[in-house]
Amino acid sequence: MQPQRPLTQNILPERPPLNLSEYEKAGGYQALRKVLAGMTPQQVTAAVLEANLRGRGGAGFPTGRKWSFVPMGPEAPQPKYLVINADEMEPATFKDRVLLEGDPHQLIEGIIIGAYAIQARMAYIFLRTTYTVAARNIAAAIAEAQAKGYLGHHILGSDFSIELHLHVSAGRYICGEETGLLNALEGKRANPRAKPPFPPVIGLWGKPTVANNVETICNVPHIINHGAAWFRGLSRVADGGTKIYGVSGKVKRPGAWELPLGVTIRELIEESAGGMRDGLAVRAILPGGASTDLLTADHLDVVMDFNGVAAAGSRLGTGTMVVVDDQTCIVGLVANLMRFFAQESCGWCTPCREGLPWLAKILTAIEQGRGEPDDIAILKEHIHLLGPGRTFCALAPGAMEPLQSALKYFEEDFLRHIRERRCPWR
Amino acid sequence: MLSPEEQQEIAAVAAHYELKKAAGIDALRIVQRHRGWVSDQTLRDVAEALEMSPTDLDSVATFYNLIFRRPVGRHVILICDSVSCWVMGYENLLDHLQRRLGIGLGQTTSDGLFTLLPHVCLGACDQAPAMMIDDQLYGCLDAEKIDAILGSFEK
Repeated sequence: MQPQRPLTQNILPERPPLNLSEYEKAGGYQALRKVLAGMTPQQVTAAVLEANLRGRGGAGFPTGRKWSFVPMGPEAPQPKYLVINADEMEPATFKDRVLLEGDPHQLIEGIIIGAYAIQARMAYIFLRTTYTVAARNIAAAIAEAQAKGYLGHHILGSDFSIELHLHVSAGRYICGEETGLLNALEGKRANPRAKPPFPPVIGLWGKPTVANNVETICNVPHIINHGAAWFRGLSRVADGGTKIYGVSGKVKRPGAWELPLGVTIRELIEESAGGMRDGLAVRAILPGGASTDLLTADHLDVVMDFNGVAAAGSRLGTGTMVVVDDQTCIVGLVANLMRFFAQESCGWCTPCREGLPWLAKILTAIEQGRGEPDDIAILKEHIHLLGPGRTFCALAPGAMEPLQSALKYFEEDFLRHIRERRCPWR
Repeated sequence: MLSPEEQQEIAAVAAHYELKKAAGIDALRIVQRHRGWVSDQTLRDVAEALEMSPTDLDSVATFYNLIFRRPVGRHVILICDSVSCWVMGYENLLDHLQRRLGIGLGQTTSDGLFTLLPHVCLGACDQAPAMMIDDQLYGCLDAEKIDAILGSFEK
């Protein structure tokens, strides 16, 4: 039987995750057996490439291509590493939590297969502190997998050995940035590194390292089991697979659901989330986390895939949206986002360290009725000064996305705050 | 001095990494779990155990939001202040919490029971507004629910 909702097929709310034997009974670790019994690492990478799996952490880079950058063969530097980014600290994002808490063996099976594809000997799950249930479930699953010989030396009698450790971080958004995460794993401040070199060539302790998102790697066993054509067929668009979408804000049923990649914003809000709460209308949508451009009620029919959201002027990001209703202040929303980015900047490069707090201060002042007419020009100037190419990493440019789109679609809201010297929504 | 238990736990986790000092964050979390926070002396002890300088370790300790370099109460409340919780009105709940506890953000109640801290998105946006107390998540909060939760700790 070919599943339609592979990622969440074993996950039921209010039920503990499947333990090892239950997971095996449900078909678990069959993909790993298939890989070890007769696939080369290159064949695994080719299958993932053919499935059109794009990274689910926000950037959407093709997973098979990322793996193909890793040096292979006897001359390749050793040890190589696979790191799973389970930091999930992007505001409004709660989709990896579903997989981490709900089916840890699916994650572990994906990790072992991914590690085999790049011939990594060591893998880490980089988990945020506050996911305490996930930490418990993953630690238990690792212990089970270890005892059964899925992890460790010569797994299932093959030549392949893999060690897996859970690293629980100590709470800092910038750890989600791929190279910041590597520094954090090395026990350092999570300042991002200069790129190039890229981690698949020079990563953790200078060795080839792939960092994959949780949802991304959880797809891998299913691609191996059911094939690339099946995986592409799950989606309504060219990129393969399902997506775990989420909706929060003042909707009737906020939540996260696994759906075909390529549903529309309207379907998510009206069908999955049950529509807006009574008396409220959609005014804006933050489609994929804090660092994506706002869309408006005119964009409800935008398709939530990488290309669809990009064509509308924003990004799919993590695929977890906040719906902003007509009684919520857009200026207040952007001020909240900017305070977050200012606080979480690592402080390494000047535009981000100095620019974001200034913007947060201006936006807070406007929200509180202390804005000046010149403030709008200062905000717009910063969108340029903190934009792509001017900072060390993507944090500040990401922070500019909700601001620039708020000014594009809702500038009158900012002007009203300044004119009336108060927030009209309070 | 680190307890034998702490030393053992730190040595076990340090074995997961290429270099000992990579275990800095894990080690700080270990001692914090035993002691509630990381004092200057504890920081020096951990640095020694990991064969690194206290200055290096402190630059790491102070970078991460959830390593406490000052004493905290018996229970730490993390209230989510990010966008979904903001839309769902967390600011009113924060006012309520501060009034109820008689403290501001970053402070500890005089009986030493609670420390109140803001925290970035807890990843519980479908249950916004949300907070954590120690390892436990509480969602879909209102003032009444907060009173009941705090009451259960005060008994």
